[in-house]
Amino acid sequence: MAEKVIMGDEDIRRALVRVAHEIVERNRGAGSLVLIGMHTRGVPLAQRLAAIIEGFEKVSVPVGILDIGLYRDDLSTMDLKPAIRRTEVPVDVTNRRVVLVDDVLYTGRSIRAAMDAIFDLGRPEKIQLAVLVDRGHRELPIRADYAGKNIPTSRVEEVQVRVKELDGQDEVCLVSPSAVEKGQ
Amino acid sequence: MTQQRQRDTATAPQTVERLRAPAWRHRHILDLDNLSREEVEVVLRTTDAMMEVLSREVKRVPTLRGKTVVTLFYEPSTRTRASFEMAAKNLSADVVSFAAAGSSVEKGESFIDTLRTLQALGADAIIIRHRESGAPYVAARHVEASIINAGDDWHAHPSQALLDMYTLRRHFGTVQGLKVVILGDILHSRVARSNIWGLTTMGAEVVLCGPPTLLPYPLLDGAGGPAMPHMPPVRFEAVIERALEGADVVMPLRLQLERQQSGLLPSIREYVQLYQLTEKRLGLAKEHAIVLHPGPVNEGIEVAPEVSRGARSAIEEQVSVGVAVRMALLFLVIGGGRG
Repeated sequence: MAEKVIMGDEDIRRALVRVAHEIVERNRGAGSLVLIGMHTRGVPLAQRLAAIIEGFEKVSVPVGILDIGLYRDDLSTMDLKPAIRRTEVPVDVTNRRVVLVDDVLYTGRSIRAAMDAIFDLGRPEKIQLAVLVDRGHRELPIRADYAGKNIPTSRVEEVQVRVKELDGQDEVCLVSPSAVEKGQ
Repeated sequence: MTQQRQRDTATAPQTVERLRAPAWRHRHILDLDNLSREEVEVVLRTTDAMMEVLSREVKRVPTLRGKTVVTLFYEPSTRTRASFEMAAKNLSADVVSFAAAGSSVEKGESFIDTLRTLQALGADAIIIRHRESGAPYVAARHVEASIINAGDDWHAHPSQALLDMYTLRRHFGTVQGLKVVILGDILHSRVARSNIWGLTTMGAEVVLCGPPTLLPYPLLDGAGGPAMPHMPPVRFEAVIERALEGADVVMPLRLQLERQQSGLLPSIREYVQLYQLTEKRLGLAKEHAIVLHPGPVNEGIEVAPEVSRGARSAIEEQVSVGVAVRMALLFLVIGGGRG
């Protein structure tokens, strides 16, 4: 299975540090922020962003966990039923600036589902989107406010993000079409 | 940093698959005897997510939009039916409530004709309560829709047993290793039967205690152990004090007064004296022990009021958990992602 490593652990670390600074700069501080990580890999990324922000801004930013399984538009066509995990947002999102955090931005459909889910929790002042990788091919009018890296891809390729907390290492890989076919 | 490398699938780091639930393969929920431990875990974890939805101000998610859930009840019920209907509505399904009384059942329409009609009307899930054991199994053979058994005579009531297990997991973190005493009229109890399967699958120690005439003999051999190897491992204890010693959970069952005309009990008074769960008897259980009851409660008969309303009672909590469990079941059987 051939994979091309596009970001190593240092690349990921630097990208997150930059994104953390951009978030604070754009929002003029971290006061009303809440970072919401999307299951699965958005969660550790959101926690790391919060830790970085706390490091330089001395403000503790609440981190929530969002599972979009109950809001997906493709449930009836999926082969595998997604595992639904508990959504945990420790603060009321109403009048807060919500930064959604996910690993890869692709079609935008998960983000649409996530926004629906957030509006069921309250009425935020703003929703912004931070992703580690933007790989293009949007199917909805959605864009990332903060992107760790833009990676031009073909639809037949696959972007795999691995994080230390869940996979034992940090890296972003591009899996080529032949390998994707073989893997199936 | 860019490099090309070869990787064998077997040594590739674990990806999303590891965190995914095992594929859910059940189209129907008929009883717990065919659910594995992992599958019960999937139900309990999904229930956890549904509890969060229920904690919101607006308790509704769009998951089952466009799906139709029918409740088909041939026996009276308040909480189970209301609980399933609320669960379906919380998931944005359309709910059709069908009661046998006042329907064509009174004109002689057969069970299977009724099911076929509901199917033709577009039911995705049919929730059945029936006075014949096995009726939901017959239904599952005749229609495409998913069938959920909401109680079939003495036989099974899986959603109630699952909500009991969720309540236990909430209190103790796990069901494994808990000593659970099921007390009273076990013979007529579908809740007890489903719980026996579910609790033993999850590794609890199950002790049945009650008047010998109200015990399910096919489950037990003469010595009070399981009758046959495929039967769930339960133990029988006739003396309530011995049964309760060291218990983590006590589940007094409703003494089904309508079923006591056949001489199985000398008198209700004797039952109360010998088997009522009183404060004093509960004192023999562990200090952290809790009391569950499938409801409706006959206060002063199978359980003393100071116990059913006392600090160790989780009876009210069970009702709120019931909606979440039924949301989880509906999601798992008709929420898409077959296979």
